[in-house]
Amino acid sequence: MSIMEYNGGSVIAMKGKNCVAIATDTRLGSQALTVACNFDKVFPVTEKTYIGLAGLATDVDTLKAKFRYRMKIYEMKEERTMEPETFAHLVSSTLYERRFGPYFVEPVIAGISSKDEPFIAGADLIGCLNFAKDVVVAGTASDKLFGMAEGLWEPDMNEEQLFECISQSLLGALERDALSGWGAVVRVITPTKVIERRLKARMD
Amino acid sequence: MECQFGITGKGYTILASDQNAARSIVKMKGDQDKIMELTQHLAMAYNGESGDTTNFAEYIEANLKLYAIRHHIQLRPRAASAWIRTELANSLRSRHPYQVNLILGGYDLPTSTPALYWVDYLGTLAQVPYAAHGYGAFFCLSTLDRYHRPDMELDEGLELLKRCINELKTRFIVDLGTWKVKVVDRDGTREVTL
Repeated sequence: MSIMEYNGGSVIAMKGKNCVAIATDTRLGSQALTVACNFDKVFPVTEKTYIGLAGLATDVDTLKAKFRYRMKIYEMKEERTMEPETFAHLVSSTLYERRFGPYFVEPVIAGISSKDEPFIAGADLIGCLNFAKDVVVAGTASDKLFGMAEGLWEPDMNEEQLFECISQSLLGALERDALSGWGAVVRVITPTKVIERRLKARMD
Repeated sequence: MECQFGITGKGYTILASDQNAARSIVKMKGDQDKIMELTQHLAMAYNGESGDTTNFAEYIEANLKLYAIRHHIQLRPRAASAWIRTELANSLRSRHPYQVNLILGGYDLPTSTPALYWVDYLGTLAQVPYAAHGYGAFFCLSTLDRYHRPDMELDEGLELLKRCINELKTRFIVDLGTWKVKVVDRDGTREVTL
């Protein structure tokens, strides 16, 4: 059993027209045993940039603290908000620092830049960035998420369409994955607001 | 073969642990107390590698006491759980990681709510309404899913704990003997007999 599959969980991010969305399941398990159903893997780093971390839960929490620290130091020094693309590179270098003893996480980043442009990116556990133009996935249900997204995603969707698209992709993939599920949270990020919704999903 | 439970209810948290200290097939002691009282309103049930367990528990107890002395206020359960998790996470990639799993049970005075955290040796932290470590988890989490309610009174919570212990008596191959049960509420931590 792979260390990346020990706790289970998946994250997906999608790009729309002037908006991005990031979604996650909320299961925390210990191999086949489910321990908690409130483990949110997505958290904000700035008002308009969110990062989701799929993988080993202890490293998810460790990196949450690390990125929060790095972000606060940056904002103190630079006196401005970090751009999402800059943050993606910060994630990459933080992970590569541990190239030969890595954090077992796969990050997914979604945000709106200061010029109101949507941005998504993903990385592997050693920091190789993927600047996708459509969808980024990570976690135990990543293959299923790719399959669902491939069928449902189209360019230039507005907020409501993007929310429907990412929600259906996530729900479909979660139902097929044993290690992900037990609740889902979707956040749609626009230049003016962030809307967080909890999906009614199968609790198994 | 160790087993621990944690259950929250209306204004209290129950922590329960088996009392065995065993080496392979030999039960060396049947009255070991595996629930450490860290502060007046926080207790920690631990299991895992012998030696690591008491060492880690005493280290945590000492540091939480030091915090209280320095800052003239007890660390709240959520803050304590975050710090304990960080200690375990740092230990994980060190030369000799602590192999200790914990159930942290406490009472948060400012919000008057019970607190319960499931922590494992990797530094995984989950805030839960009820928790279990060891083989007991496989037998009793479903019992807790079925019968637990967040507004249970203390006697109902203890009945639920008895249900879990009976489940193990019926279906678990190992006889776990006696159980140590502690309750954390507004007035502090006290031991109860089932």
